[in-house]
Amino acid sequence: MAGKMRVRASIKNGVTEVKALMSHPMETGLRKDTDGNPIPAHHITDVEVKLNDKVVLTAYWGGSVSQNPFLSFEINGGAPGDKLSIMWKDNKGESQTEEVTLK
Amino acid sequence: MIPSQFKAWSVAALLVLSPSAFAQDEDVFAQYREMFGDDNPADLVSWDGEDLWSEARGPKNATLEECDLGLGPGVVEGAYAQLPRYFADTDKVMDLETRLVHCMVELQGFDAAEITAKPFTSTGEPQTDLEKLSTYIAGASKGMPVSIDLDHPKTKLAYELGKKMFFYRSGPYDFGCSTCHRQSGKRIRLQALPNLSPGAEDADKVYTTWPGYRISQGSVRTFEWRMRDCGRQQRMPEMTFGSDIAIGLITYLAAEANDAEMDAPGLKR
Amino acid sequence: MTTTRRSFLKFGGAMLGTLATAALWPLQVFAARPDDAFKSKSMTDLEKLLGGTPTDSADIDFKTPDIAENGAVVPVSIESNIPGTSEIMILVEQNPNPLSAMFLIPEGTKPAVSTRIKVAQTSNLIAVVKANGKLYSSTKETKVTLGGCGG
Repeated sequence: MAGKMRVRASIKNGVTEVKALMSHPMETGLRKDTDGNPIPAHHITDVEVKLNDKVVLTAYWGGSVSQNPFLSFEINGGAPGDKLSIMWKDNKGESQTEEVTLK
Repeated sequence: MIPSQFKAWSVAALLVLSPSAFAQDEDVFAQYREMFGDDNPADLVSWDGEDLWSEARGPKNATLEECDLGLGPGVVEGAYAQLPRYFADTDKVMDLETRLVHCMVELQGFDAAEITAKPFTSTGEPQTDLEKLSTYIAGASKGMPVSIDLDHPKTKLAYELGKKMFFYRSGPYDFGCSTCHRQSGKRIRLQALPNLSPGAEDADKVYTTWPGYRISQGSVRTFEWRMRDCGRQQRMPEMTFGSDIAIGLITYLAAEANDAEMDAPGLKR
Repeated sequence: MTTTRRSFLKFGGAMLGTLATAALWPLQVFAARPDDAFKSKSMTDLEKLLGGTPTDSADIDFKTPDIAENGAVVPVSIESNIPGTSEIMILVEQNPNPLSAMFLIPEGTKPAVSTRIKVAQTSNLIAVVKANGKLYSSTKETKVTLGGCGG
């Protein structure tokens, strides 16, 4: 059930600010449904951000990152036309990538 | 009598929790909410709504792109700000949610009873189509002034009914909306109670932020939901979705916020 | 926004003991996700898995809300002013699994991240920074409450 990802990147004074909002249930595996059955863990485990071909951030997440995760960080540099891509992978092997071109 | 009991409890609760924090700041969660910045979890719901609007669905396999929300078929921008309003084709005053149901039935062939059987999501479940569409459409009025047109006699009637209901006390606790929402600066425990009585300013700040992402529920909630849930807390019989009373109250509250800038979807407790 | 030293003391609870052995523990470089660390249920075990006891540092700008309206969504933001920062980690002491997130910061990326985490109950939140192979931390308490009428 790959959802959406919104990535906003803006260059200001030589620094590129990146904000991403990812759609993902981020189930910890500790919750139970209304019948008392445990809801299996389903959450993003790895995030990789690239500027063109260079990895600019790697993140490892557990189930305790909030549902529909938000992520914000800054990269030194980045020029209009550069491609910024964010990829996540979850514990079920699903993955999603979103790419934006810096303006 | 009852409100002052609530006052006593809330004061006691405040003292127990953190005297200094409350003494300084009415809204202890201001810092928490500020940290969300511009990234409201409601945005994800809004994008889903945007997709649903132009997706061919239902028995008629049609999109909602011909749906007239008051500004002409397919016009979404600014539509929420002028709802509820009178619609000639149904000869009724309709709010966004009832108008959406109407379009889903007429254009897409969906069954009204099915949609209104469960218009709102349960906590932890995905949002309903109605909620997604409402979030999207309301967001398309962001920054625009609320402009409820009270000229039509039926709209005026809805407004008057809403105002009357506001003060109408009923149910086992003898609560009316006014019981909690008639004075400024009141709260129940940590929930601020805006003053929504005629002419009070709080309607501006409150109406304009619905639909809103309810942090405590992890879901976006709409204004029809708000009316129903207030009714529930008043221990009234369940308010029917799209009923005269719901539409009346919504028309009243929207008109009281006329000219205020829409700021939905909001971020709320 | 009071910085408590409680967690530092907890971390370095047996500081005298760990000091002697800390130098012997290899520095952890995580080229792959350290699954064990994420599954760890105790701060003591986690400390071992992460490679030692962090030193409290005032050069970590750790922003957390004093009171969180909903523990399921707690915004946090960490900026490290320690030169050579290569990793930032977020720990929630009272969570069933204290390690919440880990960020690897390469050259050219500002050692600053913001995200939202789940905090099960009122707890110390700990930002751990690895810089030049050493571990530093900053601790803040966040109260978790769901006040109001419940509707």
